[in-house]
Amino acid sequence: MVSYPGAESPPFRLSMLIYDRRYRSLTLQAVVFILAMLAASWFINNTLQNLAALGKTLSFDFLFRRAGYDIPQQLIPYNSDDTHLRAAVVGLLNTLLVSFLGCITATILGVLAGVLRLSSNWLIARLMTVYVEIFRNIPLLLWILLILAIFSEVLPPPNAYRGDTPEAGMILFETIAPTNRYTAIPSLGMTNSPGTLTFGRIGISWAFITYAVAFVAAVLAHRLIRARAQRVQDRTGIRPVTWWISLSIYLLPLLFLTWYFGLHLVPPALRGFNFADGINLDNSFVVLWLALTLYTGAFIAEITRAGILAVSKGQSEAAFALGLRPRRTMSLVVLPQALRVIVPPLISQYLNLTKNSSLAIAVGYMDLRGTLGGTTLNQTGREMECMVLMMAVYLVLCLGISSGMNLFNSGVRLKER
Amino acid sequence: MSETHAQTVAYVRDSMLPPQPPPMRSSGAVLWLRANLFSGPVNILLTLIGLGILWLIFDTLWPWLSHSVWNAGSIRECRQIVSETYGPEANGACFAVIRARWHQFVLGFYPQEFYWRPILAFGLLFLALAPLLFGASVRARRIVLAIATVLTVLSAAMLDTGLAVLAGMTALMLAWSALIDARPGRALLASLLYPFAGVWLLWGGSLWGPVMVLAGFGVGLAVWRVAARFGMLAVAAGAAAAALWWWLVSAPLAGLLAGAVPLRLVPVTSDQFGGFVLSITIGIAGIALSLPIGIVLALARRSDMPVVKMLAVMFIEFIRGVPLIALLFVASLLLNYFLPPGTSFDIVLRVIIMVTLFSAAYVAEVIRGGLAALPRGQYEAADALGLDYWKAQRLIILPQALKISIPGIVSTFIGMFKDTTLVVFVGLFDPLKAMSDTVRASFEWKGAYWEPYFFVGAIFFVLCFGMSRYSMHLERRLKRGNR
Repeated sequence: MVSYPGAESPPFRLSMLIYDRRYRSLTLQAVVFILAMLAASWFINNTLQNLAALGKTLSFDFLFRRAGYDIPQQLIPYNSDDTHLRAAVVGLLNTLLVSFLGCITATILGVLAGVLRLSSNWLIARLMTVYVEIFRNIPLLLWILLILAIFSEVLPPPNAYRGDTPEAGMILFETIAPTNRYTAIPSLGMTNSPGTLTFGRIGISWAFITYAVAFVAAVLAHRLIRARAQRVQDRTGIRPVTWWISLSIYLLPLLFLTWYFGLHLVPPALRGFNFADGINLDNSFVVLWLALTLYTGAFIAEITRAGILAVSKGQSEAAFALGLRPRRTMSLVVLPQALRVIVPPLISQYLNLTKNSSLAIAVGYMDLRGTLGGTTLNQTGREMECMVLMMAVYLVLCLGISSGMNLFNSGVRLKER
Repeated sequence: MSETHAQTVAYVRDSMLPPQPPPMRSSGAVLWLRANLFSGPVNILLTLIGLGILWLIFDTLWPWLSHSVWNAGSIRECRQIVSETYGPEANGACFAVIRARWHQFVLGFYPQEFYWRPILAFGLLFLALAPLLFGASVRARRIVLAIATVLTVLSAAMLDTGLAVLAGMTALMLAWSALIDARPGRALLASLLYPFAGVWLLWGGSLWGPVMVLAGFGVGLAVWRVAARFGMLAVAAGAAAAALWWWLVSAPLAGLLAGAVPLRLVPVTSDQFGGFVLSITIGIAGIALSLPIGIVLALARRSDMPVVKMLAVMFIEFIRGVPLIALLFVASLLLNYFLPPGTSFDIVLRVIIMVTLFSAAYVAEVIRGGLAALPRGQYEAADALGLDYWKAQRLIILPQALKISIPGIVSTFIGMFKDTTLVVFVGLFDPLKAMSDTVRASFEWKGAYWEPYFFVGAIFFVLCFGMSRYSMHLERRLKRGNR
């Protein structure tokens, strides 16, 4: 380095903190930081003063006391003698259940509607446009209330299914009975049950574990077969036909297990005034799920349409010119490019759906807000602790979903230098 | 070859036949049907399914709509009229409930004699927005101005407004329209006054309160201008002067002026707000406030300064990770804990603050996308021109970034407007609350389930669909230059 005499930086003066661009950003940051800290301490100080004036202290002890209220839908065993903490976990699981199922059905509906909106069939394309515009431009809460009204006013009561000539009939081959209080669906029954594995009070059927193991093993075997096919193709230029091997790897063990355990559907049957044997899904859950699906599906349809339109026609024409068949054109050329456009907004739709599931308040579905931010809050009067805890859980949930989906996104993203 | 040869050959045609119309099957309705509805087995199946769905919708809705009753005193009377007119089995809509209760859906419990105030406030809103939104075409602007003025005066007249008030409204709207038509540039200054006028009209009280708040901005601006000649802390000095004005001077001065010149409207408290007046008030305030906050947050998140960036990221990610309903509960349950003991302020204001912060975080993310989509060359060109940070943002970066982000910003605003329905859970009387009260709690109309949904849904649809169409129009209008 060459150093010029007389060019060394001028001695530091205090005014340079404002006038010199090198130091100004430091000054600004210090000021912003101090202001933020002052604001935070002001809020905390106010909170402590207010809490002291009310004679309250911040404490999370209430989580370990008896909850004393019932939750209609529970994925893990729970009764009113359990703690508030367990009630909150039950609520969280309910949130996760409706969000997860909602994301799956909304994706299916949305992709279907998005593709059909681009269909060459004029009528179907217009119908799908109407669906998308109507659902996107009317608040979700209105849809939830409307579907709730349809379920509770239009559907028959359970006892309408009684008698020799019932007023109402079950749908889908006598397996599903929608009523104005719950929807009865078939449950799974086993004639040769292998018993359950229990952790504390949570039991997992061995059959379920066996199925999971068989499925994971099938996935691994499928990947091995594909890798081998790829090696053969690289060596000889001919790709061996593997689809029937893969299919049988997936299907045969599942069929065998189903036969071995005697797995079958138990349709709901009327016992007295109510349905038994099957599973009675509370209408609050069904309504919320349906409304979230229809509403988010409209948004996903738009995302799908934009993604497909974003791939220019030249891409598929070029693939055809290279001699790729339509299916491989779709899977190797069009889909990877469309996914690049589709996935980021899809992630935010999944997040929106998860957050919108808190509208369960409108139908009385006991989700996280209904338990921790609802009944627990009202019973214990600890609104500060409950709200902070609830927001923290939602925050962790959303950040978790978004980071997980971002991993997937980095998989489909355009690889640049 | 040669002409002589052509004429000697007998089989060469020497006169042309007139052109024939194309065959029936390749033009007109038949071709359209074949191409668009029945081009193959899959398409025929889809068409049949579509027709089935259409028939189902028609079959359910049409008898209900065509047998509707608009004049009745209760749901029982409605049903009686329907069964008398169309037979005992007929099922008809009872839109009489809308006729009887529409003011609750639209205006909540706003005092009946002051209905002209929200109506004037929303009429003026269109005048204030006209120079901003319809600046490009004089014709579109005139149409909007004329429709807004006529509709405002007409609807006020239909709601039994006094003649003097009506004349005043007409004069004010005509004068403002004339100003916008003659001097659109100047009219922007009048638009800046609108928020204060709107708040005063909606909530009432002394005129001097909003005027003092406005004067604070004036004082701040003046101090900034003067201080800018002497040094670089001008912005801070201006902000400090405005804060001092609001803190120390404005309240006593407003009291003094109100004593001398009592210009006041009868105050209306927030718990009397309701229906679409409430939704639209929260929505407009949220939109107007969240855009500038969102821009600042987006710039902060892209800033080089780590502390500023970290604070912005924390704020945005927190807000985006939490459902709006949780934030609204914070506003109604916890906000009083965070403020000095003894302070408590209006629930509508609290909700507006929360909704604003919520949509500001989303707007910030949309604008950040727009900023990231600009080519680096634009930033470097601004630096090469020697512009400082704020000038570069104002003149080069933001105009382009905001233009890219228009669709995202508008869809955020539409989402926010739809989310204003959630205020029902913190005890405010929004259109959905009016709806469910009518349906469940009132004696005459208990059981009129579908008509209120139809009405409220239709209004929401018109407003949101209008916003999204306007954004598409704006996008097309601004699309010049990068083709």
